[in-house]
Amino acid sequence: MSLSLKLNGKIHEIEAEPGTPLLWVIRDELKLTGTKFGCGVASCGACTVHVDGEPTRSCQTYIEDVQDAEITTIEMIEEDKIGSAVQQAWIELDVVQCGYCQSGQIMSAVGLLRENEKPTADEIDDYMYGNACRCAAYQRIRAAVQRASDILEA
Amino acid sequence: MTLDLSRRGFLKSAATVSVMLYVGVTADGAKAASGASDAMLNPFVKIDADGNVIAIIKHVEMGQGTATGLATLIAEELGVTMDQIGFDFAPSNPQVYNNLFFGPFQGTGGSTAMANSWMQYRAAGANARDILIKAAAASWDVDAASLDIQNGQIVGSGRTAPIGEFVAAAGAFSPSDTPPLRDPSEWKIIGNAATRRKDSPGKVNGRAMFAMDLHLPNQMVVMIKRTPQRGGTVASFDASAAQDVKGFIMAQTLPTQHGVAIYAENTWAAMQARSAIEIEWDFSAAEVRSSKEIKDEIMTALDTSPTYNVNKADRDAVAAVVDNAHTVVEKTFYFPLLAHAPMEPLNCTIEQTAEGDIVLHDGAQSPTGPHMAYQQIFGLPAEKIHIKTMLAGGSFGRRTTPDADYQVEAGLAFIMTDRSRPVKLVWDREDDIRGGYYRPAVGHKVRVGLDAQGSIVGWDHRVAGQSIIKGTAFEPMMVRDGVDHSSVEGLADSPYIIPGMAVGLTDTQKATSVLWWRSVGHTHTAYAMEVMMDMAARATGQDPVAFRLSYLSGGGQDQQRKAAVLKLAAEKGNWGKPAAGNMQGVAVHKSFGSYVAEVVEISGNLEDGVKIEKITAAVDCGIAVNPDIIKAQIEGAVGYGIGHVMRDQITLDGGSVEQSNFPDYEPLRISDIKSIDTHIVASAEAPTGIGEPGTPPSAPALANAIAGLQLVVAELPMSENGVTFA
Repeated sequence: MSLSLKLNGKIHEIEAEPGTPLLWVIRDELKLTGTKFGCGVASCGACTVHVDGEPTRSCQTYIEDVQDAEITTIEMIEEDKIGSAVQQAWIELDVVQCGYCQSGQIMSAVGLLRENEKPTADEIDDYMYGNACRCAAYQRIRAAVQRASDILEA
Repeated sequence: MTLDLSRRGFLKSAATVSVMLYVGVTADGAKAASGASDAMLNPFVKIDADGNVIAIIKHVEMGQGTATGLATLIAEELGVTMDQIGFDFAPSNPQVYNNLFFGPFQGTGGSTAMANSWMQYRAAGANARDILIKAAAASWDVDAASLDIQNGQIVGSGRTAPIGEFVAAAGAFSPSDTPPLRDPSEWKIIGNAATRRKDSPGKVNGRAMFAMDLHLPNQMVVMIKRTPQRGGTVASFDASAAQDVKGFIMAQTLPTQHGVAIYAENTWAAMQARSAIEIEWDFSAAEVRSSKEIKDEIMTALDTSPTYNVNKADRDAVAAVVDNAHTVVEKTFYFPLLAHAPMEPLNCTIEQTAEGDIVLHDGAQSPTGPHMAYQQIFGLPAEKIHIKTMLAGGSFGRRTTPDADYQVEAGLAFIMTDRSRPVKLVWDREDDIRGGYYRPAVGHKVRVGLDAQGSIVGWDHRVAGQSIIKGTAFEPMMVRDGVDHSSVEGLADSPYIIPGMAVGLTDTQKATSVLWWRSVGHTHTAYAMEVMMDMAARATGQDPVAFRLSYLSGGGQDQQRKAAVLKLAAEKGNWGKPAAGNMQGVAVHKSFGSYVAEVVEISGNLEDGVKIEKITAAVDCGIAVNPDIIKAQIEGAVGYGIGHVMRDQITLDGGSVEQSNFPDYEPLRISDIKSIDTHIVASAEAPTGIGEPGTPPSAPALANAIAGLQLVVAELPMSENGVTFA
């Protein structure tokens, strides 16, 4: 089927079968590879994008369900004030190791800070629970979310 | 460690009229001439006329920080800042870019990247500095000894100029065969905790290119439907249902018969087509055993006299000493199969050039593996095969197997086509969890005898499990007197001075494909040994830290370094003074040349759940090149070790793996460990490993904390053996 997708502020005309996960349209058709494939069953968070501002697992989001939505990927998140602060904090604290999960971590962290400007460690743990990092960079993820919060407050 | 880095040359590119200075080696060892190409010169350092420096990284960057680490060495010696240096990955060339500890083999493993490169990369940077200074000295007609390079500027004799000005002239100067290394007192970047990772920006803005992110024009995506039981083969298959999948191209049985390759226009089409294809399997020669039978074989072996006497001990005498000891503590341990599960599923892309060369794009740990395999598959000489290293989204040992498993799959899938379209092989998470290879299932039976004063008098230690190395191409090099050292490493060769120790080993039958998994044999040897040390201390009413220190006194540097990290972790971790209601456990272990001690503090109880409140680590890995990366590696290695012992195992049922994805092979989550605090011991020793050594002590330290709740967990994972985690 033909459909148009509003992604990163542009309209993209897409040819895709119903039931195609948004992840594969983003990666294979639009060639935006910052959004990662990790598990395919929404249990690792590597594929997290924003759908109307909400962190969403794109591997379990079907393309026909997001035709009218505004989709944002990691490639555009620096345009967002919170996104930019989160990226700055990630670099300051050298959060990344292999880095493969970090697009998803950052997209989730932005979602958290949008709804909670000053999250506690426990609140961060609750919100970020579904974003797996096999390098176990969690301690820095937690610290960087708090650092981003401080950057935004300043 | 004698690679000659003194060859040099410079290139004037006709296309861009840019001038580059290369410091490297030619394949035949000859002096590089003006006009030599990048590929001919095999550089470790490249500098352009604007003074931009590129460090050529011979190891894969899989998160451990090697790209930053090796760039640090060059920047320090050359005299540029970390902002003035970038990195590229080296091409596959086992003569030039080999791991100096591995012989003519280019590979990343055994936590050796910094250790083997330490002098080599410093020498490369020093050579670049040396010839740039000679060029400047000639130009300015001053003594070279009066000049230095600082922050990318040649300075001295009252003058300053950017290094780029001398890039062209430097090619005419012969560098010294013994390049002048900077004195440690001059170091600005080595040891500087403020140094940031070079790969950070691209990994936070989504632009870093992992192998999975490559899209070559006109590529096909291949996924493979593999036999669920090792040794099964394809009898026949029916792809008719796949014809309805838009983007499906074709399906063919691999020459190895272990699966059917499905070719499609994109990943989603490949996944759907694979689901639609029906395969009739021939399981007549397939593995049919279940985990219980594998475990039974291991347990039986532990009750039988071991095949190999690892440390040539008088085993009967040791057994007699233990039997007659005042106090005997004994325990039998069982460690299950574990998957590596790197975040980026396995993948690679293969293409053929117009000249008939084969190019593989891969995040391989060991480019030499597929490089050799492809010479056989394609019948081409080494120089017609090119392995392009890309970022790897984790590995933990998985991206290097003795038979180059996934790269061979890609090669076979490609050779069955007309080679006009590149082939990208993609594994999904189910392939990863079910497709082997695993940390072997291993058992330990340990009996420790102590005298009336609470001193160890005998330590009878048996290990049984499937060998990682036997039956592979590495066996002739790595198995000695029948002993696969990776099955027993860290026991008899531990720095502890333990009287009357006997270590025996029995290999069990091949049950599945097994592989090195972050810290290899130390994953189980450290657990068995450190849990036994605690049991022995507790049984005789002694403090676990003081007890361990008594077996590290009176020795040499090996013992002193191990004792020092133990003392530091105990001090920083408030050993003996946990928060009210909390329990502590400690473990210390040497692996890959480095010493790590960890104190784990937990709250809660076995019924309502145990919570890991705090982990305090101390590490001595020699000179701390990038202290912040070292801390990150300890944090990650601790999490990797803890996460798996908490709740992970791979089990077989009738030869098939029962787990399939993260819901039943649950990764460590952010809430599992509240904090990790790492302390680095200052050292002037050459750097040793850091990617793996944080893992071995983590699990036994947790077990020893839980032992305070009156449960010694001897079989893993803990969640299946009496421990609930909050």
